[in-house]
Amino acid sequence: MQATQELGLSAKDLSVYYGSKQAVRNISLDFEKKQVTALIGPSGCGKSTFLRSLNRMNDLISGARVTGEIWIEEDNILDPRVDVVLLRQKIGMVWQRPNPFHKSIYENIAFGPRYHGIKNKKQLDEIVESSLRKAALWEETKDRLHQSALALSGGQQQRLCIARSIAVKPQIILMDEPASALDPVSTAKIEELITELKQDYCIIIVTHNMHQAARVSDKTAFFYMGDLIEHDDTQKLFTNPSQQQTDDYISGRFG
Amino acid sequence: MSAKTADRIATGVIISVAVFIVALLASLLGFILVRGIGHISFDFLTSAPQTIKAGGGIGPQLFNSLFLLVLTLMITVPLGIGAGIYMSEYAKPGRLTDFIRLIVEVLSSFPSIVVGLFGLLVIVNLFGLGFSLFSGALALTVFNLPLMVRITEQAIRGVPREQKEASLALGLSRWKTITSVMMPIALPTIVTGTVLASGRVFGEAAALLFTAGMTSPRLDFTNWNPFSPTSPLNPFRPAETLAVHIWKINSEGLAPDAAQIAAGASAVLVIVVLLFNFTARWFGRFLYKKLTASK
Repeated sequence: MQATQELGLSAKDLSVYYGSKQAVRNISLDFEKKQVTALIGPSGCGKSTFLRSLNRMNDLISGARVTGEIWIEEDNILDPRVDVVLLRQKIGMVWQRPNPFHKSIYENIAFGPRYHGIKNKKQLDEIVESSLRKAALWEETKDRLHQSALALSGGQQQRLCIARSIAVKPQIILMDEPASALDPVSTAKIEELITELKQDYCIIIVTHNMHQAARVSDKTAFFYMGDLIEHDDTQKLFTNPSQQQTDDYISGRFG
Repeated sequence: MSAKTADRIATGVIISVAVFIVALLASLLGFILVRGIGHISFDFLTSAPQTIKAGGGIGPQLFNSLFLLVLTLMITVPLGIGAGIYMSEYAKPGRLTDFIRLIVEVLSSFPSIVVGLFGLLVIVNLFGLGFSLFSGALALTVFNLPLMVRITEQAIRGVPREQKEASLALGLSRWKTITSVMMPIALPTIVTGTVLASGRVFGEAAALLFTAGMTSPRLDFTNWNPFSPTSPLNPFRPAETLAVHIWKINSEGLAPDAAQIAAGASAVLVIVVLLFNFTARWFGRFLYKKLTASK
């Protein structure tokens, strides 16, 4: 198992069913540490469903069933004995629409770490500052940390959500179309941030924007109708795909 | 008919319906207030009623109504919020949950006189609690509790799913997610709903006739020992509420100014319900700001 050193997360034979409909079919994918992997594909291809299985968010949806294995280090997180609360601490998540808590900017960040046992005010202050700095939001918010997070712009809110997820020190960050609800300037900032963050984290990003996938990711996986069609270096997948379907999709012939 | 005309007609109908409702409410309120407000004075609000002489007040009844409301809320708020959280977050969809929901709905639509008779037979006689504030509060619980459950359930369901997921994704437990992330968002709705439900409790008469009773003992407002029979705070004494009092003096009042007292008491009842509504709405907003640091 010497490969696990570099692996952030590894899915084996993962299938997801909604009722009797199979949304994701036997997908095996490895995600390396300090890399960005983009999941692309047309709407309804199962990429978001796949992403949401990785931190067991699909547990919340009644009728959803996940089979297969997902390994993080030595743990199969689909094992019913796994403490899902602890698991989710290791995996941050960022959604399509920014969803800051209805709390102050400071509280949005401090909320997670405080729950996980950090009570010291000074330590929390440091976490808030460093998380906001990492999310490139510190300069804009340092004078109004105790104002509502809802007063921030959409792009700022999304960076706050990223700061919030890195405040609990995850190993992996899942992003579900994190920039699709944002304007181009904010999108550029988020992309810059993703490139910055991959030095420390394993990042998995779902995107509809192929240019974005090409810009930010190291590896790209192309999903179609619940199947994984192709998984390769981004460079290779976009310039010289091995599958005809991938070629058709990235050249805009369908989807 | 062109789409434009149809749109105009629909808008006209909707506006006239709205105007009708507002006018109905305004005339109702106006009628009650104009008739009663002249009779309201400090003395009227604080003194005890008279049986055959003119000049009686509604002091004890007003106090009883408020006290009964507090007692009822003390029972229904914790139970209702707890059950509402269970129904929205923990109950698995299925036959049992549907059955519970059905029962809750049936319970809330029970005729209040039936609840009153049930209270008389079970709470007053079988449990031996007698005509008392506590019996009244339990009877009111029967239709207040289902409302509280529904209000809480809907308020919590109304919280965006992303909020809940964001909290769970940070590795917070389900309970912490409910109390720290979902409740602050749901709270204004819960408070507003509680107030609307309280309005019904405050104005309820039929369910109280046979449970809280139609008489009040001579109360000594300087006696704050809740175990003393003459203390206003004693929950096990009979208590005639404002709404019951209005009904009683209208139907069998002997005082020469019974009609004016009924009118004055009705106005007080309406004003208190309105006041309660406004303050609680304000309180809901205040609480939301406090809990969420929003301006």
